[in-house]
Amino acid sequence: MTAHLTIPKTYKLYIGGAFPRSESGRTYEVATRSGAFLANAAKASRKDARDAVVAARAAQSGWAGATAYNRGQVLYRIAELLEGRRAQFVDELRSAGGVTEAAAQREVDAAIDVWVWYAGWADKYLQVTGNGNAVSGPYFNISTPEPTGVVAAIAPQDAAAWGGGLLGLVSVIAPVLVSGNTLVVVASESTPLPAISLAEVLATSDVPGGVVNILTGSPAEIAPWLASHADVNALDLTGAEGMDWIDLQIAAADTLKRVLPPESGIPTPSLDRVQFYTETKTVWHPKGIV
Amino acid sequence: MSFLEYAPAPESKSILHLKKDYGLFIDGDFRDGHGTPFTTISPADESPIARIANANTADVDTAVAAARRAYDKTWSRMSGADRGKYLFRIARLVQERSRELAVAESLDNGKPIKESRDVDVPLVAAWFFYYAGWADKLDHAGLGPSPRALGVAAQVIPWNFPLLMLAWKIAPALAAGNTVVLKPAETTPLSALVFAEILQQADLPAGVVNIITGAGDTGSALVNHPDVDKVAFTGSTAVGRAIARSTAGTGKKITLELGGKAANIVFDDAPMDQAIEGIVNGIFFNQGHVCCAGSRLLVQENIHDEVIDRLKQRLSTLRMGDPLDKNTDIGAINSKAQLERIRALSEVGEQEGATRWSADCEIPAKGFWFAPTIFTNVETSHRIAREEIFGPVLSVLTFRTPAEAIAKANNTPYGLSAGIWSDKGSRILGVADRLKAGVVWANTFNRFDPASPFGGYKESGYGREGGRHGLGAYLQSGWSDALPASRSPRPSRAIRPSTKAKPAEKAVRAASKGAAS
Repeated sequence: MTAHLTIPKTYKLYIGGAFPRSESGRTYEVATRSGAFLANAAKASRKDARDAVVAARAAQSGWAGATAYNRGQVLYRIAELLEGRRAQFVDELRSAGGVTEAAAQREVDAAIDVWVWYAGWADKYLQVTGNGNAVSGPYFNISTPEPTGVVAAIAPQDAAAWGGGLLGLVSVIAPVLVSGNTLVVVASESTPLPAISLAEVLATSDVPGGVVNILTGSPAEIAPWLASHADVNALDLTGAEGMDWIDLQIAAADTLKRVLPPESGIPTPSLDRVQFYTETKTVWHPKGIV
Repeated sequence: MSFLEYAPAPESKSILHLKKDYGLFIDGDFRDGHGTPFTTISPADESPIARIANANTADVDTAVAAARRAYDKTWSRMSGADRGKYLFRIARLVQERSRELAVAESLDNGKPIKESRDVDVPLVAAWFFYYAGWADKLDHAGLGPSPRALGVAAQVIPWNFPLLMLAWKIAPALAAGNTVVLKPAETTPLSALVFAEILQQADLPAGVVNIITGAGDTGSALVNHPDVDKVAFTGSTAVGRAIARSTAGTGKKITLELGGKAANIVFDDAPMDQAIEGIVNGIFFNQGHVCCAGSRLLVQENIHDEVIDRLKQRLSTLRMGDPLDKNTDIGAINSKAQLERIRALSEVGEQEGATRWSADCEIPAKGFWFAPTIFTNVETSHRIAREEIFGPVLSVLTFRTPAEAIAKANNTPYGLSAGIWSDKGSRILGVADRLKAGVVWANTFNRFDPASPFGGYKESGYGREGGRHGLGAYLQSGWSDALPASRSPRPSRAIRPSTKAKPAEKAVRAASKGAAS
């Protein structure tokens, strides 16, 4: 009996809940850390980035309109499915990310925990970051954080220093989703494969299509289009440390996007990140005489 | 003599101890500027009020250095309780000299004395009282244990609420422990300079607040000064964009309160008497020189004619004239340049096909004046429906369904404020949820309070002023000290990169430093 000849996976983009190839038809070679060929990943174009923004915008009001409880449940569900595919991710991080088995296991565990941690915030951040206001007059007055809208993000890029490319990506995606934003994220250029596998998790969990859109390819090529896109409300430069990120921030100024500056390494889970992608809305109403 | 005619009742200017010349207020004293001085005039009759020093880049350096010294040597070492007491003193002095401040404001800005006396100045005092109480309670501001001041704050404010904007900027900055260099607008420096005298009376340590006067180049030199840690700007979206650009990559914490084109939505079940007053207050308060003005009236189609008729009746009873007269409802436009902009956009409104109606009021011979104006038959594509006019001009559009009202309200790059008029609670809350605006007034409009956060979505800027959120704009989160152990999930299992890694704590601090509020 002959050995089973494997069927390699075609890695594509994740836009609007579907897995299209780049409209440009371009791919680039992804290699192991030692240089062996692993796969051809899709190389997203400007058009793909714009399509992803359209998908994110279309999904935004629905995601923001879901109850906080429901959003939390959906984020927990992602953790559940990631747990179920733990072995696959450990394997991928080892081959694609080039990390040891123990490090890969730690990374997957940590990624699962990040989802769980942020999931719990969905119906609580509002109580911690909003408040009622004692104004000097007969008015009901309350300030609540609401999602900023569509966020574009550069995931941590330097996989060699920071792991296999999963935890950094998850640490960028999860806080954006908590309050009801939608997202276009550019995965690590050197380790894009775990990102597309994560997209498979998202696609088969209860995350509505378009809420998370994942692009693979060259961040240097794609990011300027996202930074200047008029329908993007915030720009997360977490993984842009090695890029000309000040130019991106300048491009973002034209539409006054909120900009989170680059970080070294993988962001620690924090409420600050949730709050950064919110807008405080204050509603006044007179109190009548009764 | 009709019931509308009143004998003149002007406030006396004698309460003002005007100087002929005002210097820059740096390091506790007034001093000459090194730029060419300019004259501030009364927009009501174009008469000169005083000569004002002009700060050049060397003066900006001196002011920032004074603020830095005061931060390092005095203010950052002082207890929160004592900082609060200084703010409390300032608040009391503002109350004591409120009449003088109101006259100065109406004289220099052109706004009716009843507004400066009953709205602006009382709110200024309230703002200092509110933040005075925060100064020794920063641990409770929701920013983690021991949040820290940022350092030197550069603050640039507009001409529409000169003293109130000063209070919005200075009070939270000082409460949080920062020192300040503030630049008032070129056309309205007077009340800020009277305020500087109040700081001297309060014996505020030298350099904690520096007030430098000048035009846009002075403001630009200030916000781009390398030794500034925080920039707070209120003004036009164009200048806000320029600041966002020029400060990119500097790590300065930025708050921008920019333009607006607020929708004021009137449903057919609205309490009509209140709604008419609210619409008038929404756009004609302060001559419409209000970034959150309700400049787009979205009225349900079936009540359009009734609303317009009643608005015209109401506007015909407003008295335009001497800002210092206690009977005046509509004062002067702040400057010739602004008047020209209002005129130009209004002409465009007519050219694009909207129908213009202006209240029939007597325009004084001197000064800058514009009669309250309503445009009907306005379409969403018209420039008067899209651009901020910043004057007493209301653009009226109609809608049939709540969904259409929401879509039209959000159809703007701005997102500062909005209004909803309806008797139905569920509709108000449902619509409020869907409006992309930082402040939503339901069955009221243009209410302000120091406890209430104010600020916009989208191109209306970022960050909030007022309330706990406004305090946060001047602090660095204390969570960065508490991280990572207390807040990261399963810290023992979290990845701790060892090579090429800066401490995780530093990364988080960088993240929180970038956060707008």
